[in-house]
Amino acid sequence: MSLSVLAQEAAAAGIDNKGLAALTYGLGAIGPGIGIGYLVGQSVQAMARQPEAAGMVRTTMFLGIAFVEALALIGFVVFFLAQ
Amino acid sequence: MIFGLEFPPLSHVVNWPEFIGDDTWGINKVVLVYGFAVLFTFLIFILGNKKQLVPTGAQNIAELTVEFVEDGIVMDTIGPQGRKYTPLLISFFLFIFFCNIFEIIPVIQMPATARIALPMFLALFAYVIYHGAGFKEHGPIGYIKHCLIVPGLPFALHFLVVPIEFVSKFLVQPFSHTVRLFANLLAGHILLVTFGVLSASLWGFGPGLIIMPLPALGVVAFTAFELLVSVLQAYVFTLLAGVYIGAAISHEH
Repeated sequence: MSLSVLAQEAAAAGIDNKGLAALTYGLGAIGPGIGIGYLVGQSVQAMARQPEAAGMVRTTMFLGIAFVEALALIGFVVFFLAQ
Repeated sequence: MIFGLEFPPLSHVVNWPEFIGDDTWGINKVVLVYGFAVLFTFLIFILGNKKQLVPTGAQNIAELTVEFVEDGIVMDTIGPQGRKYTPLLISFFLFIFFCNIFEIIPVIQMPATARIALPMFLALFAYVIYHGAGFKEHGPIGYIKHCLIVPGLPFALHFLVVPIEFVSKFLVQPFSHTVRLFANLLAGHILLVTFGVLSASLWGFGPGLIIMPLPALGVVAFTAFELLVSVLQAYVFTLLAGVYIGAAISHEH
Protein backbone atom coordinates (compact mmCIF):
# COMPACT_ATOMS: atom_id res chain seq x y z
CA MET A 1 0.00 0.00 0.00
CA SER A 2 1.52 3.30 -1.00
CA LEU A 3 1.85 6.29 1.27
CA SER A 4 -0.63 8.42 -0.68
CA VAL A 5 -3.30 5.74 -0.33
CA LEU A 6 -2.63 5.68 3.42
CA ALA A 7 -2.93 9.47 3.53
CA GLN A 8 -6.21 9.36 1.60
CA GLU A 9 -7.61 6.75 3.94
CA ALA A 10 -6.50 8.78 6.91
CA ALA A 11 -8.17 11.85 5.48
CA ALA A 12 -11.35 9.86 4.87
CA ALA A 13 -11.26 8.66 8.46
CA GLY A 14 -11.02 12.24 9.67
CA ILE A 15 -7.35 12.14 10.74
CA ASP A 16 -5.74 15.37 9.66
CA ASN A 17 -2.10 16.08 8.95
CA LYS A 18 -1.49 17.17 12.53
CA GLY A 19 -2.73 13.90 13.93
CA LEU A 20 -0.56 11.94 11.51
CA ALA A 21 2.44 14.09 12.42
CA ALA A 22 1.85 13.47 16.12
CA LEU A 23 1.44 9.74 15.50
CA THR A 24 4.65 9.65 13.50
CA TYR A 25 6.54 11.43 16.21
CA GLY A 26 5.22 8.88 18.68
CA LEU A 27 6.48 6.07 16.45
CA GLY A 28 9.82 7.83 16.08
CA ALA A 29 10.21 8.12 19.85
CA ILE A 30 9.90 4.37 20.47
CA GLY A 31 13.38 3.45 19.26
CA PRO A 32 15.31 6.17 21.10
CA GLY A 33 13.23 5.46 24.21
CA ILE A 34 14.27 1.83 24.25
CA GLY A 35 17.81 2.81 23.32
CA ILE A 36 18.26 5.34 26.11
CA GLY A 37 16.66 3.01 28.64
CA TYR A 38 19.02 0.19 27.73
CA LEU A 39 22.01 2.52 27.62
CA VAL A 40 21.41 4.11 31.00
CA GLY A 41 20.51 0.77 32.56
CA GLN A 42 23.77 -0.79 31.43
CA SER A 43 25.71 2.29 32.54
CA VAL A 44 24.18 2.17 36.02
CA GLN A 45 25.08 -1.50 36.20
CA ALA A 46 28.64 -0.72 35.17
CA MET A 47 28.88 2.08 37.75
CA ALA A 48 27.52 -0.18 40.48
CA ARG A 49 30.00 -2.90 39.64
CA GLN A 50 32.95 -0.60 39.37
CA PRO A 51 32.38 2.68 41.24
CA GLU A 52 35.94 3.84 40.58
CA ALA A 53 35.18 3.94 36.83
CA ALA A 54 31.99 5.96 37.38
CA GLY A 55 33.36 9.20 35.93
CA MET A 56 34.45 7.63 32.68
CA VAL A 57 31.24 5.64 32.35
CA ARG A 58 29.17 8.76 32.96
CA THR A 59 30.91 10.76 30.23
CA THR A 60 30.52 7.93 27.75
CA MET A 61 26.91 7.48 28.81
CA PHE A 62 26.08 11.12 28.09
CA LEU A 63 27.83 10.82 24.76
CA GLY A 64 25.75 7.76 23.89
CA ILE A 65 22.57 9.44 25.07
CA ALA A 66 23.36 12.43 22.88
CA PHE A 67 23.72 10.22 19.81
CA VAL A 68 20.59 8.17 20.51
CA GLU A 69 18.54 11.19 21.45
CA ALA A 70 19.31 12.88 18.14
CA LEU A 71 16.88 10.53 16.39
CA ALA A 72 14.01 11.44 18.70
CA LEU A 73 14.82 15.12 18.32
CA ILE A 74 14.93 14.92 14.54
CA GLY A 75 11.52 13.25 14.82
CA PHE A 76 10.37 16.20 16.92
CA VAL A 77 11.53 18.68 14.28
CA VAL A 78 9.91 16.63 11.52
CA PHE A 79 6.70 16.76 13.56
CA PHE A 80 6.68 20.55 13.25
CA LEU A 81 7.66 20.45 9.58
CA ALA A 82 4.92 17.96 8.74
CA GLN A 83 1.98 19.46 10.53
CA MET B 1 -6.18 23.19 19.98
CA ILE B 2 -5.09 21.16 23.00
CA PHE B 3 -7.71 19.98 25.51
CA GLY B 4 -10.15 22.37 23.88
CA LEU B 5 -7.88 25.33 24.58
CA GLU B 6 -6.67 27.85 22.06
CA PHE B 7 -2.96 27.06 21.89
CA PRO B 8 -0.86 29.86 20.39
CA PRO B 9 0.72 28.98 17.02
CA LEU B 10 4.41 28.20 17.06
CA SER B 11 5.35 31.52 15.51
CA HIS B 12 3.81 33.34 18.48
CA VAL B 13 5.84 31.29 20.91
CA VAL B 14 9.31 31.85 19.45
CA ASN B 15 9.02 35.04 17.33
CA TRP B 16 9.37 38.28 19.22
CA PRO B 17 8.66 41.78 17.91
CA GLU B 18 11.63 44.11 17.64
CA PHE B 19 11.65 47.04 19.99
CA ILE B 20 14.53 48.87 18.32
CA GLY B 21 15.10 48.90 14.57
CA ASP B 22 13.41 46.48 12.24
CA ASP B 23 13.85 43.19 10.45
CA THR B 24 17.44 42.00 10.10
CA TRP B 25 19.15 44.55 12.34
CA GLY B 26 16.33 44.94 14.83
CA ILE B 27 16.82 44.21 18.48
CA ASN B 28 14.26 41.87 20.01
CA LYS B 29 14.18 39.68 23.08
CA VAL B 30 16.36 36.96 21.55
CA VAL B 31 19.06 39.45 20.59
CA LEU B 32 18.88 40.81 24.12
CA VAL B 33 19.43 37.31 25.48
CA TYR B 34 22.48 36.90 23.20
CA GLY B 35 23.78 40.18 24.62
CA PHE B 36 23.26 39.08 28.22
CA ALA B 37 24.86 35.70 27.56
CA VAL B 38 27.95 37.29 25.99
CA LEU B 39 28.14 39.79 28.84
CA PHE B 40 27.91 37.11 31.55
CA THR B 41 30.45 34.90 29.81
CA PHE B 42 32.90 37.81 29.63
CA LEU B 43 32.18 38.71 33.23
CA ILE B 44 33.09 35.23 34.40
CA PHE B 45 36.27 35.31 32.33
CA ILE B 46 37.24 38.76 33.67
CA LEU B 47 36.09 38.54 37.29
CA GLY B 48 37.31 34.98 37.63
CA ASN B 49 40.82 35.96 36.62
CA LYS B 50 41.92 37.19 40.04
CA LYS B 51 44.42 34.42 40.83
CA GLN B 52 43.87 34.47 44.58
CA LEU B 53 45.15 31.47 46.47
CA VAL B 54 41.85 31.10 48.32
CA PRO B 55 39.19 31.81 45.71
CA THR B 56 36.19 33.94 46.56
CA GLY B 57 33.06 34.98 44.68
CA ALA B 58 33.30 34.90 40.93
CA GLN B 59 36.67 33.16 41.04
CA ASN B 60 34.94 30.19 42.68
CA ILE B 61 32.49 29.86 39.79
CA ALA B 62 35.22 30.34 37.23
CA GLU B 63 37.50 27.72 38.78
CA LEU B 64 34.62 25.29 39.13
CA THR B 65 33.79 25.71 35.44
CA VAL B 66 37.39 25.36 34.34
CA GLU B 67 37.82 22.23 36.41
CA PHE B 68 34.56 20.76 35.15
CA VAL B 69 35.34 21.42 31.51
CA GLU B 70 39.00 20.46 31.69
CA ASP B 71 38.66 17.26 33.73
CA GLY B 72 35.19 16.20 32.58
CA ILE B 73 35.37 17.07 28.90
CA VAL B 74 38.84 17.89 27.56
CA MET B 75 40.77 15.14 29.35
CA ASP B 76 38.17 12.49 28.58
CA THR B 77 37.64 13.31 24.92
CA ILE B 78 40.82 14.86 23.53
CA GLY B 79 43.50 14.04 26.06
CA PRO B 80 46.39 16.11 27.41
CA GLN B 81 47.25 17.59 24.00
CA GLY B 82 43.76 19.15 23.94
CA ARG B 83 44.55 21.61 26.75
CA LYS B 84 44.73 24.48 24.26
CA TYR B 85 41.07 23.92 23.38
CA THR B 86 39.95 24.39 26.99
CA PRO B 87 39.23 28.15 26.69
CA LEU B 88 37.18 27.55 23.56
CA LEU B 89 35.13 24.79 25.16
CA ILE B 90 34.63 26.85 28.33
CA SER B 91 33.29 29.71 26.23
CA PHE B 92 30.98 27.28 24.42
CA PHE B 93 29.74 25.86 27.70
CA LEU B 94 29.16 29.17 29.44
CA PHE B 95 27.62 30.92 26.45
CA ILE B 96 25.22 28.09 25.68
CA PHE B 97 24.37 27.70 29.36
CA PHE B 98 23.52 31.39 29.71
CA CYS B 99 21.50 31.34 26.48
CA ASN B 100 19.60 28.29 27.78
CA ILE B 101 19.03 29.46 31.31
CA PHE B 102 16.96 32.44 30.14
CA GLU B 103 14.32 29.83 29.38
CA ILE B 104 13.33 29.78 33.06
CA ILE B 105 14.25 33.27 34.20
CA PRO B 106 10.97 35.07 34.86
CA VAL B 107 9.88 37.90 32.57
CA ILE B 108 12.37 36.89 29.84
CA GLN B 109 11.54 33.16 29.62
CA MET B 110 12.91 32.66 26.13
CA PRO B 111 15.87 30.40 25.42
CA ALA B 112 17.93 32.02 22.67
CA THR B 113 18.87 28.52 21.53
CA ALA B 114 15.24 27.75 20.66
CA ARG B 115 15.82 29.72 17.46
CA ILE B 116 17.87 27.57 15.10
CA ALA B 117 20.17 30.46 14.11
CA LEU B 118 22.32 30.30 17.24
CA PRO B 119 22.79 26.49 17.47
CA MET B 120 23.52 26.42 13.75
CA PHE B 121 26.10 29.17 14.04
CA LEU B 122 27.76 27.47 17.00
CA ALA B 123 27.75 24.07 15.31
CA LEU B 124 29.26 25.52 12.11
CA PHE B 125 31.82 27.38 14.22
CA ALA B 126 32.77 24.10 15.90
CA TYR B 127 32.76 22.42 12.44
CA VAL B 128 35.32 24.89 11.13
CA ILE B 129 37.41 24.51 14.31
CA TYR B 130 37.57 20.72 14.33
CA HIS B 131 38.10 20.26 10.63
CA GLY B 132 40.68 23.04 10.73
CA ALA B 133 42.46 21.31 13.59
CA GLY B 134 42.40 18.04 11.63
CA PHE B 135 43.82 19.68 8.50
CA LYS B 136 46.59 21.23 10.56
CA GLU B 137 47.38 17.95 12.29
CA HIS B 138 47.35 15.57 9.33
CA GLY B 139 47.72 17.80 6.27
CA PRO B 140 44.97 18.07 3.60
CA ILE B 141 45.37 14.65 1.95
CA GLY B 142 46.17 12.93 5.21
CA TYR B 143 43.11 14.37 6.90
CA ILE B 144 40.71 13.32 4.14
CA LYS B 145 42.20 9.83 4.40
CA HIS B 146 41.97 9.91 8.20
CA CYS B 147 38.31 10.90 7.96
CA LEU B 148 37.05 8.66 5.21
CA ILE B 149 39.07 5.47 5.23
CA VAL B 150 38.44 2.95 7.95
CA PRO B 151 41.61 0.89 8.39
CA GLY B 152 41.54 -2.88 8.18
CA LEU B 153 38.58 -3.24 5.84
CA PRO B 154 38.64 -5.49 2.75
CA PHE B 155 39.25 -3.46 -0.40
CA ALA B 156 35.78 -3.86 -1.92
CA LEU B 157 34.03 -2.62 1.20
CA HIS B 158 35.67 0.79 0.87
CA PHE B 159 33.29 1.59 -2.00
CA LEU B 160 30.46 1.26 0.50
CA VAL B 161 32.08 2.74 3.58
CA VAL B 162 33.73 5.87 2.14
CA PRO B 163 30.44 7.51 1.00
CA ILE B 164 28.80 6.63 4.32
CA GLU B 165 31.72 8.09 6.27
CA PHE B 166 31.69 11.20 4.08
CA VAL B 167 27.98 11.84 4.62
CA SER B 168 28.14 11.18 8.33
CA LYS B 169 31.33 13.17 9.00
CA PHE B 170 30.77 16.20 6.80
CA LEU B 171 26.98 16.52 6.47
CA VAL B 172 25.08 14.73 9.21
CA GLN B 173 27.48 15.56 12.04
CA PRO B 174 27.00 19.36 12.05
CA PHE B 175 23.29 18.90 11.38
CA SER B 176 22.74 16.61 14.36
CA HIS B 177 25.00 18.82 16.48
CA THR B 178 22.67 21.72 15.68
CA VAL B 179 19.37 19.93 16.00
CA ARG B 180 20.26 18.31 19.33
CA LEU B 181 20.60 21.66 21.07
CA PHE B 182 17.86 23.43 19.14
CA ALA B 183 15.14 20.79 19.46
CA ASN B 184 15.78 20.14 23.14
CA LEU B 185 15.35 23.76 24.05
CA LEU B 186 12.42 24.31 21.69
CA ALA B 187 10.69 21.27 23.17
CA GLY B 188 11.30 22.54 26.69
CA HIS B 189 10.00 25.98 25.81
CA ILE B 190 6.85 24.55 24.24
CA LEU B 191 6.33 22.32 27.27
CA LEU B 192 6.46 25.34 29.57
CA VAL B 193 4.17 27.30 27.25
CA THR B 194 1.68 24.43 27.21
CA PHE B 195 1.48 24.28 30.98
CA GLY B 196 1.42 28.07 31.16
CA VAL B 197 -1.55 28.19 28.78
CA LEU B 198 -3.31 25.47 30.77
CA SER B 199 -2.76 27.31 34.04
CA ALA B 200 -3.87 30.62 32.59
CA SER B 201 -7.05 29.24 31.09
CA LEU B 202 -8.07 27.57 34.35
CA TRP B 203 -7.53 30.77 36.29
CA GLY B 204 -10.62 32.09 38.12
CA PHE B 205 -13.40 30.87 40.35
CA GLY B 206 -15.48 28.06 39.01
CA PRO B 207 -15.35 24.34 38.55
CA GLY B 208 -11.79 24.79 37.31
CA LEU B 209 -10.67 25.63 40.83
CA ILE B 210 -10.36 21.96 41.77
CA ILE B 211 -7.91 21.03 39.04
CA MET B 212 -6.30 24.45 38.73
CA PRO B 213 -3.29 23.64 40.93
CA LEU B 214 -2.30 20.66 38.79
CA PRO B 215 -0.99 22.51 35.71
CA ALA B 216 0.48 25.16 38.01
CA LEU B 217 2.41 22.41 39.79
CA GLY B 218 3.35 21.15 36.33
CA VAL B 219 4.87 24.54 35.51
CA VAL B 220 6.95 24.42 38.71
CA ALA B 221 8.08 20.84 38.13
CA PHE B 222 8.97 21.41 34.48
CA THR B 223 10.81 24.62 35.33
CA ALA B 224 13.05 22.56 37.62
CA PHE B 225 13.38 19.97 34.85
CA GLU B 226 14.33 22.65 32.32
CA LEU B 227 17.05 23.89 34.66
CA LEU B 228 18.54 20.40 34.42
CA VAL B 229 18.06 20.29 30.66
CA SER B 230 19.74 23.63 30.08
CA VAL B 231 22.85 22.57 32.00
CA LEU B 232 22.84 19.13 30.39
CA GLN B 233 22.48 20.42 26.84
CA ALA B 234 25.28 22.93 27.30
CA TYR B 235 27.40 20.04 28.61
CA VAL B 236 26.41 17.73 25.76
CA PHE B 237 27.13 20.32 23.08
CA THR B 238 30.54 21.03 24.57
CA LEU B 239 31.25 17.33 25.05
CA LEU B 240 30.44 16.61 21.41
CA ALA B 241 32.58 19.52 20.24
CA GLY B 242 35.39 17.97 22.27
CA VAL B 243 34.75 14.52 20.83
CA TYR B 244 34.80 15.86 17.27
CA ILE B 245 38.03 17.75 17.89
CA GLY B 246 39.50 14.64 19.48
CA ALA B 247 38.47 12.46 16.54
CA ALA B 248 39.94 14.96 14.08
CA ILE B 249 43.37 15.21 15.69
CA SER B 250 43.77 11.63 16.94
CA HIS B 251 46.53 9.45 15.56
CA GLU B 252 45.26 6.03 16.58
CA HIS B 253 44.19 4.76 13.19
